[in-house]
Amino acid sequence: MSRIRPLMAAGAVVVLAASMIAGLLGGAADISPWQVVLQCLDWLPLVDVDSGLAPVEQGLLWELRLPRVLIAAAVGGLLAIAGAGYQGVFRNPLADPYLLGAAAGAGLTVTLVIVAFPGAPLSIPVAAFAGAIGGVMLAYALGNTAGRSGGTATLVLAGVAVTSFLTAIQTFVQQLKVEELQRIYAWIMGDLGGGWDQLVLVLPYALVSGVVMLLHGRMLDVLSVGEEEAVSLGVRASRVRLVVLLAASLATAAAVAVSGLIGFVGIVIPHAVRRVFGGSYRVVLPMSLIVGAAFLVVADLFARTVMAPAELPIGVVTMFVGAPFFVAVLRTTRKVSV
Amino acid sequence: MISVQGLSVTLGSREVLHEVRADVARGEWLAVIGPNGAGKSTLLRAIMGLVRHGGTVTLDGLETGTIKPRRRARLIAYAPQSPLLPPDMTVFDYALLGRTPYIPYLGRESRHDREVTGSVLERLDLAELAGRPLAHLSGGERQRVVLARALAQQAPILLLDEPTTALDLGHQQQVLELVDRLRLADGLTVLTTLHDLSVAAQYADSLLLVASGHAAASGRPSQVLTEALVSRHFGAHVKIEPGPDGRPVVHLVRGGP
Repeated sequence: MSRIRPLMAAGAVVVLAASMIAGLLGGAADISPWQVVLQCLDWLPLVDVDSGLAPVEQGLLWELRLPRVLIAAAVGGLLAIAGAGYQGVFRNPLADPYLLGAAAGAGLTVTLVIVAFPGAPLSIPVAAFAGAIGGVMLAYALGNTAGRSGGTATLVLAGVAVTSFLTAIQTFVQQLKVEELQRIYAWIMGDLGGGWDQLVLVLPYALVSGVVMLLHGRMLDVLSVGEEEAVSLGVRASRVRLVVLLAASLATAAAVAVSGLIGFVGIVIPHAVRRVFGGSYRVVLPMSLIVGAAFLVVADLFARTVMAPAELPIGVVTMFVGAPFFVAVLRTTRKVSV
Repeated sequence: MISVQGLSVTLGSREVLHEVRADVARGEWLAVIGPNGAGKSTLLRAIMGLVRHGGTVTLDGLETGTIKPRRRARLIAYAPQSPLLPPDMTVFDYALLGRTPYIPYLGRESRHDREVTGSVLERLDLAELAGRPLAHLSGGERQRVVLARALAQQAPILLLDEPTTALDLGHQQQVLELVDRLRLADGLTVLTTLHDLSVAAQYADSLLLVASGHAAASGRPSQVLTEALVSRHFGAHVKIEPGPDGRPVVHLVRGGP
């Protein structure tokens, strides 16, 4: 079915809400779920209820857990929907948000900032955002000058070239400053503890890119029958691809800026969604957004609690939890091929 | 309805089509024939505006270079030789894509679009398969589904590139009869490539023989399908006789050329 059904969407939203409440609960301090729900209601404008939480506990929820859960949800949703967008544009199931050099670009600029200006916290997300956008633009420029005939294949190859080139520079810079290796590595493995500042920083980009992609579901369905047929149906296929590519890259850059590099979400969530709910992008895009958000919130909860008080890097958890999850999805749903 | 003047296409450094002209009257069926690699498919793609070309293509009095893509898509529908069928898309959703030229860029299908699609599926005996994924169709069903998508476009011109490839005799006939019936019922103008010469002669009103990028001959089937022309352009030794209805039938002669 090509359209999202209300029940399907409602179910996914309930799962997301439950995972976010679970995310707020997880941690060392002992706070009951009911109190968390009451406190969340109290935070809403015009609502005034007494959750019975002490100011310290309220502060802990407000300053640490809530922004963290929201960042996890935003990053998971953005990476998943960006992955779905890239897969639609390239008509390639292996496309992921980092395909066009976003990860390598961000990796390089963040490494440069850590090495050159240690101790300036907000400059890292800004650098990551700029690096991710820069990497994609470089790949796009390269892909376009390398020849029109190849189309998307040329673009993917340009992405591969840009990724290796930028990674080479990044590795070189990193080797020059071995004492910063741990900070660089920690960023690469992903971190969702950025707080409200970082969330607010990327929110506008996240909203714009998300809305643009959600609006293009039907167009991506038309593209799925091939470039020439899409054109014969009156669609300016290359323009649609460019718009979705820009939006997906913006979403990726926003996610990378606040979270570092988190693998697996962008490729696994859209496929899992496709398996369960069907292949139309009108379903895959919104469902990827919701399921990706819920997935990363749960993965982060796992990362924070399984070895508490120590934290696992979130990138490790997404792969550790994600791989078996994906195998399970593959095994239980055989009806849909990719 | 379709007028092609001095059409030339260069792909890379190779001139694939050279100064081809063709005219198809409203309601007529023109079949493009010719040996492999002669430029038949390129001719169709050029008429669709899918490849850059010299010369002019006029559809219903409108030059293709000057009309907007959506307007053009309401005028002419196209089914390529090997269409890409997303395996998990349903028959209905695929046929519904034919309504794209009528749906605003970021809009969604109207009830009317769904009704048109439904009635096209009904006409093509596909209503029962509406909910089935494309991966679970036979060759004949796939061909009909592609036709359904093209018909849902409700364009007066239908361009079909080898609509019968990979179909057995019965299904070939089924598809061609269907196209013929729809053409007569709706007054469609049909332009197809067909590799089987006898089949082309049987169904088309006129033939265009394309060989090495040139329009080598055109006219009624009996004018184009002569032993001399087929031998020269296909390198085949054939015998051509008039069939029961007077249309030429091409037989291969063993031992040639």
